[in-house]
Amino acid sequence: MKNGAEPKIRIRGLRKAFGPKQVLDGVDLDVETGTSMVVIGGSGSGKSVLLKCILGLIEPDAGSIEINGHDVLQMDRQARERVNACVGMLFQQGALFDSLPVWENVAFGLLAQHKVARPEAKARAGEILAQVGLDPSVGELSPAELSGGMQKRVGLARAIAARPDILFFDEPTTGLDPIMGAVIDGLIVDCVKRLGSTAVAITHDMASATRIGDRAAMLYRGKLVWQGAASELLTTENPIVHQFTHGLRDGPIQMELRR
Amino acid sequence: MIHPLDAVAAVGRGTIGVVRGTGAATLFGALGLSHLLRPPFYARMFLRAFVEFAYFSLPVVALTAVFSGMVIALQSFTGFSRFNADSAVAGVVALSVVRELAPVLAALLVSGRVGAAMAAELGTMRVTDQIDALGTLSTNPMKYLVAPRLLAGTVAVPLLVVVADILGIAGGFLVSTVKLGFSPHTYLVSTFDILTTTDVVVGLAKAAVFGFLIALMGCYHGYNSRGGAEGVGSATTSAVVSASILILAFDYVMTELFFAR
Repeated sequence: MKNGAEPKIRIRGLRKAFGPKQVLDGVDLDVETGTSMVVIGGSGSGKSVLLKCILGLIEPDAGSIEINGHDVLQMDRQARERVNACVGMLFQQGALFDSLPVWENVAFGLLAQHKVARPEAKARAGEILAQVGLDPSVGELSPAELSGGMQKRVGLARAIAARPDILFFDEPTTGLDPIMGAVIDGLIVDCVKRLGSTAVAITHDMASATRIGDRAAMLYRGKLVWQGAASELLTTENPIVHQFTHGLRDGPIQMELRR
Repeated sequence: MIHPLDAVAAVGRGTIGVVRGTGAATLFGALGLSHLLRPPFYARMFLRAFVEFAYFSLPVVALTAVFSGMVIALQSFTGFSRFNADSAVAGVVALSVVRELAPVLAALLVSGRVGAAMAAELGTMRVTDQIDALGTLSTNPMKYLVAPRLLAGTVAVPLLVVVADILGIAGGFLVSTVKLGFSPHTYLVSTFDILTTTDVVVGLAKAAVFGFLIALMGCYHGYNSRGGAEGVGSATTSAVVSASILILAFDYVMTELFFAR
C-alpha cells in the first residue's frame, strides 16, 4: 500500500457491456482495509460481473481497479497471479473441484502456490476444515458426497486456506436454509476477523448482508445508487434501497417482466 | 418471405464461423503448447490424462485392432485368390494395419471415448465456475488443465497404436494360418519383408498428430462451453465430430505427404 489512507480496493468508472446490455455503467467503489463491504442488488444487476472484474475473470470495457494502490487491469498475467495469491474467493455454488477429494480442494492453493508437501498440506487442510466446523475426516470424501451447506463450508475453507488479504464471497447463503445461512455468515465473520482480511460480498439476502457487512452498497442498472453503513440498509430512505430491502412490488425498481 | 440472398448469407455466416473457429482453436492449441515449455509443470495432471488415454482405452483399441486384422486377411484373400495372388495377403494386412487402420481406428475410438469425456469434464468445470476458481487460486487453467492433456494425447495414442499394430497383424496371422491355410513361417517372413521402418514411423507420427487433435478438440470445446447442461452436451458432440473430421483430413494429408508417389 502506498499510504495508510488508501483503500484496499479502489474502483473508478468501471464499465462492462455484453452486446447491447450495459451491465456496469461507471461503478465507483472504495473498500477500506479491514472492512467488509456488501454489494446488494437484484438478479442480473451486475453484482457477479463486478466481482469477476475485480478478480480478473472478466475484462471490463473501461475504468480502473486498484488493489493495494496498483491498477490490476494494467498488470501482465504473472503480476495478476501474484495479486490473486493474496485473494480468496467463495463461489456461489462452491465451485469445488469434483475430481479431487475435499482435503485436496482445501489445500489446492497451498500445494499449487506455496509448494507445501502433500502430507503437510493434508494435515493443514484438516485443521482448516475444523475451523469451519467440519470433521477432518470429511477431507477424504468427494465434493459430490457433501450437502450444500458442507460444500459452502469447504469452499470457505479453500478460500481462507492461504490466509488471504482479501476475501470475496459470491452469494454465500444462496440455496441454504436460514439456519445454515446464519451458520455460514457466522463462519465468514469469524474468518474475516481472525485473518484481519478485507472482504467483499455480493448478495441479495438482506439478513446475510447485515450480518456480514460493515459497509454496504446497492447496484442498480449498472450503477451504485447507494452506499452507507450495512446497519442502515433496512432504515435508509433511499427509495430504491427501501423497495429492494423490504421486497416491495411497487416502487422505482421496475422488474422486466414479459406480459 | 425468404429472400433469395438469405441462403447466400447463411453460407457466408457458416464460412465465417468455420474460419473463426479454426483460428480460435489454432491459437488455443498454440497457447496450450507454449505452456508445456514454461514451468510450473503439473506431472500429476499429465499422468492422470495419460492413464485415461492409454490404459483405459487399451481394451477397446486392442479388440478393434484384432478384428480389423482378421477382416482384412479374409477380405484380401477372397479378392486376391481370384488372381492367384494369395501370397500378397500378409503384405496387405501388414501395410493396411500399420499405415492406416491402426492409427485411424485407434484415434477414432479414443476420440469417442476420451475426447468426449474430456470435453464433458472441462465443460462441466466451466459451467460450474471450477475453471474460474482455478484462476482465483493463482493457477493458470491452460497450464493446469489443457497443456497436460495435449501432451498426454500426443504421447499416449502412438503407444496405443504400437499395440494395435501388433494385434492387428496378429489377427491377420491367426485367420491366415488357422483358417486360410498359410504357413506361419511364410506369413511372418512376408510380413517383415514388406514392412519398412518408414511405414511404422509414419503410422506412429500420424497417431501422435491424431492424439494431439483429439486432446485439442476435447479441451477447446470443453473449455469454451457455455450455457449449462445443454452447452456441455453440445461441446461433447462438437469435440467428437470435429476431432473425427480432423483425424480423417490429416490422415489424407499425411498419407499424401509420405506415401504418395
